[in-house]
Amino acid sequence: MSILSLKSFAEINEKIKQRRAVVVTAEEIAEIVAEKGTAQAAKEVDVVTTGTFGPMCSSGVWLNFGHSEPPIRMTKVWLNDVPAYAGVAAVDAYLGATELTESGSLEYGGAHVIEELIAGKQVKLRAISYGTDCYPRTEIATYISKEIINEAYLFNPRNAYQNYGAAANRSDRTIHTYMGTLLPNCGNVNYSTSGALSPLINDPYLRTIGIGTRIFLGGTQGYVAWHGTQHNPSRPRGENGLPFQNAASLALIGDLKQMSTQFIRAAVMEGYGVSMFVGVGIPIPILDEEMVRYAAVCNRDIYTNIYDYSVPSRSRPVLAKVSYETLQSGTVVLEGRKVPTAPLSSMKTARAIASTLKQWIADGQFLLSEPVAPLPTTASPQNLEIVGGA
Amino acid sequence: MQEIKAFLRFPQEHFSKPITYRLVKEYNLMINILRAEVAANKAGELIMDIEGSEQDIAEAIDFTAHEGIEFRILKSGITLDEERCVHCGACTSVCPSGALTLRRDDWSLVFAPEKCFACELCVKSCPVRAIVAVMHLNGTVLAG
Repeated sequence: MSILSLKSFAEINEKIKQRRAVVVTAEEIAEIVAEKGTAQAAKEVDVVTTGTFGPMCSSGVWLNFGHSEPPIRMTKVWLNDVPAYAGVAAVDAYLGATELTESGSLEYGGAHVIEELIAGKQVKLRAISYGTDCYPRTEIATYISKEIINEAYLFNPRNAYQNYGAAANRSDRTIHTYMGTLLPNCGNVNYSTSGALSPLINDPYLRTIGIGTRIFLGGTQGYVAWHGTQHNPSRPRGENGLPFQNAASLALIGDLKQMSTQFIRAAVMEGYGVSMFVGVGIPIPILDEEMVRYAAVCNRDIYTNIYDYSVPSRSRPVLAKVSYETLQSGTVVLEGRKVPTAPLSSMKTARAIASTLKQWIADGQFLLSEPVAPLPTTASPQNLEIVGGA
Repeated sequence: MQEIKAFLRFPQEHFSKPITYRLVKEYNLMINILRAEVAANKAGELIMDIEGSEQDIAEAIDFTAHEGIEFRILKSGITLDEERCVHCGACTSVCPSGALTLRRDDWSLVFAPEKCFACELCVKSCPVRAIVAVMHLNGTVLAG
């Protein structure tokens, strides 16, 4: 990387500290490159910012409640009647975004509790234990808020998927999926990425994104902790390096107490359950011409497959391959008919994220971090085969 | 001519009366019923588009008041909580009336209440539950 580099991370950070860094969004860089070419753009621009705000089910929060008097070794924990995982020490718990309330409703879950915590609201904590000599208490019921608990940090095992399949429904009945309501006979197509603004679309081979990369997460600074679960960089790619399906993914970490409900929002996918909109933005350092070429990608050159979600299989049939330019136009031709398309991921908020991150960097408040270690560049998740004897 | 969207709530004892027929026949109103619901032992509710002369509509409203029918002029069949909405656009793909659309320049959600025909498909497709059907506001109808 260093020999051909125009700039290093350190050089870019020096410019950021001096507030001389040229920072543009992933939409703006496309225009700059179209006008000036990649060589000139690579010289002029230091950082390109990205953003995405879509439902990301694989998210949740680690909490530490502090010790009561007398103390309790919590074995089961509920927050607003939503179970949290408490199998770690005495007063640590993990609340997953998709965990549902025990009331039986699909309308309230972990993501709602997370949103309420971020909003500063009081949340009902209930826990039970068998009692030990060192932790004699057997039950507790109280209220917590982000002000009075020790740690509250999001740890999202799989966020910011690099591309994602779009969804339609070829059956003759309406179906409710995590990709939204899908009308019969391919009555609509839903998709869920911010296309050219999407973080991992702008660095397809993860050259600049790795463990320790500082990012925008939920309205504050967060970090890339690891590669995401089901990280799948070995997917087939086009000539521009971009995969046609969900490929790479990231595990992200950040302080819930500093987050904003503008960028973390509970979601209910009808008939499916609870999910959570997560706002992620990643700065792409323009180290050289190759990086500017990646960052300047346009929606017409980013493709995804439309899958038939009426087939309840892990291998759903592909109905078509389309560009994000087409998806974002509002209609797509599917099986000879014009079909309306709609995003599940908010482009408006994605733009707000990219421009907020741009502002942070331009103001010298946000420095880029060179990855501590790279993410795997080859990996394919395994399927779960059902075997006997269990 | 005037065109309005109206919400009518009938007490149970009115279920057998041909109120809509009388609105058409005696007040020359063009009526398009968008939505009708009758709950057992409860009130019946109707959402309709009404077209007619201003005088006919005014007289029809007097008539419904006289019959003990609640009559409210609506802007729309739904209410959109602007604070809650994240402009994702999930509602736009199920909206058959074109009342809910995404602007292509700044990607914000635009709601054109006059186009809404109260199908309520958007209500359950909204992931942040920012849309409430006027008919299901626990009896509190938001008037025009």
